[in-house]
Amino acid sequence: MTGGPLIQLEGITKTFGTGAAAFQALKGVDLTISRGEFVAVMGPSGSGKSTTMNILGCLDVPTGGVFRFRGVEVQKLDRDQRSLLRRRYLGFVFQGFNLLARTTALENVELPLVYRGEAKAARRKAAMRALDQVGLGPWADHTPAELSGGQQQRVAIARALVTEPDVLLADEPTGNLDSERSVEIMLLLRQLNAEGITILMVTHEEDMAAYAGTIVRFRDGLVERIERGTLATAESLA
Amino acid sequence: MLGTTILLALREIRRHILRSILTTLGIIIGVAAVVTMVTLGNGVTASVQEEISSLGASNFIVFPVRTTRGTIRPFDEDDVRAVEQQIAGVKLAAGSVGASTTAFNNGQDWDTRVQGVNNAFFEAQSIDIEDGRAFSTDEEAGGKNVCLLGTKVREAIFLPTVSPVGSQMRLGDVSCQVIGLVEERGQGGGGSDDDDTVYMPLKTVQRRFRGNDNLDYFVVKYDAAYAAPVIQDSLVGLLRERRLLQGEEPNDFNVIDTAQVNQALGAATGALTAMVAVIASISLLVGGIGIMNIMLVSVTERTREIGIRLAIGALAREVRLQFLTEAVVLCALGGLAGIALAFVASFGLASAIDVPFVFDPVINIVSFMFAASMGIVFGYYPASRASKLDPIDALRHE
Ligand SMILES: Nc1ncnc2c1ncn2[C@@H]1O[C@H](COP(=O)(O)OP(=O)(O)O)[C@@H](O)[C@H]1O
Ligand SMILES: [Mg+2]
Repeated sequence: MTGGPLIQLEGITKTFGTGAAAFQALKGVDLTISRGEFVAVMGPSGSGKSTTMNILGCLDVPTGGVFRFRGVEVQKLDRDQRSLLRRRYLGFVFQGFNLLARTTALENVELPLVYRGEAKAARRKAAMRALDQVGLGPWADHTPAELSGGQQQRVAIARALVTEPDVLLADEPTGNLDSERSVEIMLLLRQLNAEGITILMVTHEEDMAAYAGTIVRFRDGLVERIERGTLATAESLA
Repeated sequence: MLGTTILLALREIRRHILRSILTTLGIIIGVAAVVTMVTLGNGVTASVQEEISSLGASNFIVFPVRTTRGTIRPFDEDDVRAVEQQIAGVKLAAGSVGASTTAFNNGQDWDTRVQGVNNAFFEAQSIDIEDGRAFSTDEEAGGKNVCLLGTKVREAIFLPTVSPVGSQMRLGDVSCQVIGLVEERGQGGGGSDDDDTVYMPLKTVQRRFRGNDNLDYFVVKYDAAYAAPVIQDSLVGLLRERRLLQGEEPNDFNVIDTAQVNQALGAATGALTAMVAVIASISLLVGGIGIMNIMLVSVTERTREIGIRLAIGALAREVRLQFLTEAVVLCALGGLAGIALAFVASFGLASAIDVPFVFDPVINIVSFMFAASMGIVFGYYPASRASKLDPIDALRHE
């Protein structure tokens, strides 16, 4: 990819259901995100944050509008092509961690590499490095049930990182964590962002949003406001 | 990737080991039934064929039967000559007569039977001389005291290390010279043990053991190119004529066609095989539906896992392959268990019904492949359902 923004949303609409039951969750979202940004997405519940994240994560397609990712018009791609985009360029962190149960931290982190067709030894090595990066090297052999919530979320982050994605998408990553663990996760995300990964994160808490350089505020299926340059505040917080 | 998928499938199966076993029971039983029956069928066929070949292929066996008046009219060598010379399609005919006796040699004795036959009988019955020679024309015509030994008789009264050919022995009070050994035949037809027999020229046994010219039975070897029923009709006609049987009088003799016996046995085995095939098909169908059911349950239980896999970039076909592999591995394990069960069962049953255990690699491999392919057939729908899940819905699934 040469020049241009990493992510570009133009007049994105999303309607769920049809006929009388139809509900327009997004009413024309315009948003441009450059490489290296750390964006916090905020807004009241039901304002369309998750819907937008799903579209940005190529998990869902908009009903209308144009979504360009690395210059590619994603709304024109089919299911498998979007899977390939996720596999190559995107990492996900969910509120509910979404790790495979009864499967070790290491194997969870290896999973995306399995679909990339990497050899076992290479997978092990990369997964171990990602776990070290989130400070969980010593916990590699533990299953999610044996880890705390904060640790599970760090495993999930390691899984998102292991493919060295362009973008990390996190929908309320600290929603299930206490404030101390939440701060740890935020510091980790900040560090990853400093290393070059573009991060989009949904959060309800202004405290957490303060770690991002950009805050995008949603209301009623539209972008209400974009605040850039909030990072300095965060630095003073830390 | 496939290796990883198979390992994953095995792990998933081990996680629900009891459920997996119960699910594959239909396949285990179906495969075990098919393999066992085919293996036993092969054993039965082998033992029947051995028996048939001891009767001789394309042979009639002719023997007198008791009439309603309670008398038996035996055949003699004149009947045999007449059949041989007057019926088209008959290659040769040979009479046989037997008696119980005791064989003596070297201080050993052995209760056995002596059978009087000429070389033509050996030919008709495909009996091979292993060591030494057959009877000479002189010995047959003159009723000389020479004999051929079956393997059991030889083992019973002769040293294993030295050939008995040329030595002198005694049968009852008749002394005879051993001129040869007869190949081992296994269980003979008609209830007699061909290996526990001493063969002497027909005339010798008639004269020295029976004291008359009667035959117990005679065999007729016919040209397989001729229609057996036609030969049989002329055979019966000729014998009725020779025995002066009038129009309505029933036959006082019996003619058995060994080829027919062969066919009848084949048909019986075929019917049995067909029955087992039906039972096995039902069992396999039930097993297959069980596999489909359990795979659908598994897909539902693991909806969230599927969501995670799709979210991190698994293609639809990769998810489908994962579940298809699981179904195939499950069915293949069921097939293996069925084969193992069949091995034990057919080994035990074969020795119980006294037929050889004939391991048939083809039916084992075919059954295994069939079982595995059932995984594809019955696992396809659940697997493709998994692959079509919406990642967002799947991730939200509780
Ligand atoms: N699959 C769906 N079907 C119907 N309505 C949906 C679906 N997903 C989201 N919505 C609706 O769209 C609106 C926006 O949802 P969402 O993007 O999840 O909001 P947020 O994450 O900002 O709380 C909500 O009113 C929600 O009920
Ligand atoms: Mg939400």
